[in-house]
Amino acid sequence: MVKITGIEFRNPTILASGIMGTTGASLVRMANSGAGAVVTKSIGPEPKIGHPNPSMVKLDCGFLNAMGLPNPSYADFDNEIKIAKEGADVPVIASIFGGNAEEFVRVAEGLADAKPDAFELNVSCPHAEGYGATIGTDSCMVEAITAAVCDSVDVPVWVKLTPNVTDIKSIGKAAENGGAAAVVAINTLRGMAIDIYSGYPILGNRFGGLSGSAVKPVAIKCVYDLYEALDIPVIGVGGVSSWEDAVEMIMAGASAVQIGSAVHEGVEVFGDIATGIDQFLQNNGYAGVEDITGLAHEVI
Amino acid sequence: MRPINSKITQIVEETPSIRTFRFDTSLDDAQPGQFVMVWVRGVDEVPMGCSFKNGITVQKVGDATSRLFEMKEGDSVGLRGPFGKGFTLPAKDENILIIAGGVGVAPLGPLADEAASVGAKVTTILGARTESELVFEQRFSEAGDVHVTTDDGSAGTCGFVTTVLAEMDVSEYDRICVCGPEIMMFNVLKMLEEKGAHDRAEFSLHRYFKCAIGVCGACCMDHEGLRVCKDGPVLNGSLLLDSEFGNYKRSSSSQRVKV
Repeated sequence: MVKITGIEFRNPTILASGIMGTTGASLVRMANSGAGAVVTKSIGPEPKIGHPNPSMVKLDCGFLNAMGLPNPSYADFDNEIKIAKEGADVPVIASIFGGNAEEFVRVAEGLADAKPDAFELNVSCPHAEGYGATIGTDSCMVEAITAAVCDSVDVPVWVKLTPNVTDIKSIGKAAENGGAAAVVAINTLRGMAIDIYSGYPILGNRFGGLSGSAVKPVAIKCVYDLYEALDIPVIGVGGVSSWEDAVEMIMAGASAVQIGSAVHEGVEVFGDIATGIDQFLQNNGYAGVEDITGLAHEVI
Repeated sequence: MRPINSKITQIVEETPSIRTFRFDTSLDDAQPGQFVMVWVRGVDEVPMGCSFKNGITVQKVGDATSRLFEMKEGDSVGLRGPFGKGFTLPAKDENILIIAGGVGVAPLGPLADEAASVGAKVTTILGARTESELVFEQRFSEAGDVHVTTDDGSAGTCGFVTTVLAEMDVSEYDRICVCGPEIMMFNVLKMLEEKGAHDRAEFSLHRYFKCAIGVCGACCMDHEGLRVCKDGPVLNGSLLLDSEFGNYKRSSSSQRVKV
């Protein structure tokens, strides 16, 4: 059992946003596969169809995606959160996006009736014009949006950060100053792939975000830096596909880990990683995850 | 995987609205019922059941297929796959019933070939709106018996595939493999349920795909959260009872829309 931002999780693995989070039923399935909590697909103010396909390709080193924030809007999604809340016995976190503070607040308030356990603000999607990282690279906007949402809801607010910045600590600080209960790091790294036989960029959006094992060292460094700079918990995400990856992320400073692309290998990944972490803690005489959170900072 | 650059080697006009495209890429490990993502560069990438190891059979319905229909032999597309789970492979001496409607013949053609080659007994109910829209009639005939049905009675039985199915003793069949419009498949499922044969039936489903590799969740079905792209597209009938099948699906923005 871990407790982060006042919410209890049966284990420290969390389904990352954008993965299997479009319907209440799929969120329930991920909870049943062992996830300690689930985060929804990012929900915005209006229905959005996203970018044309190809929207995700598996490369030798990881995955490249540009979904383009497809979502049915908050008005059509509250029912899915209700289904997830009723069917899953784990916390359900609503990921939301908007183009400005007013839109974020509108979406958060629109979903409040469905009673998500927390909100995760997506200020980090690397390929949606006017949303995501467009906002998340500006610390003033991050602070203002975080403060506005915190004022309008009565559950914890997490802020998911982009690594596509010069100094992620300053953006993390802005989220903390705005009242965030935790930061989530990282979203995908901006990337691109080109079909050499035609010259066409492969993704429909031309560029997108890199995830999977290729980004893990970047995520570890971001989590390490944020842990040092902030007083609020850091939730680590990026390239975690085994319990060893999760332990490494926790030792960098994460209180819990989110898992995304690794679902490709099988939805059982949550249960497998959670069991592996438990076994590691027991074998090494640790009482819980908090014993190794940030351990890499203490040994030097 | 990156899309494989694939040159169109042959275009066959099956009907006024359905064409088969053959490529210089052969996906030799593709199982009947698996699909490929066909990247029509600059337009879109769409899922297509493999109608041959090196071919797809396509109805013109949207931007990508319209662009594909403008292409000539020698032009190229990108192919990724094979993806998903196909039909249970037939075994020797098994008795297989194939039910195909319209362009739903695409994944069932290779199943009929495979079944015949291993010595299974194949019976096909082949349905179309009208005689000129019938596809692969000869291919299915070479694998076994064929019962043709057309909506307007221009060939075979006048009516739907269910008109023929209603007269059949389905207890004779080890497996029933179905692909076609969802309403047709739903009516088949209901009929098979009444006959207690739904758990011997497999259906090839269509849903809106984004990632196509089982990660994003855009194609998840209620109420089990089954991913049509990875847990399917071929799903057993018992998984479809009490699901959204036949009732609604999700649009490109994940809104529920009626089937």
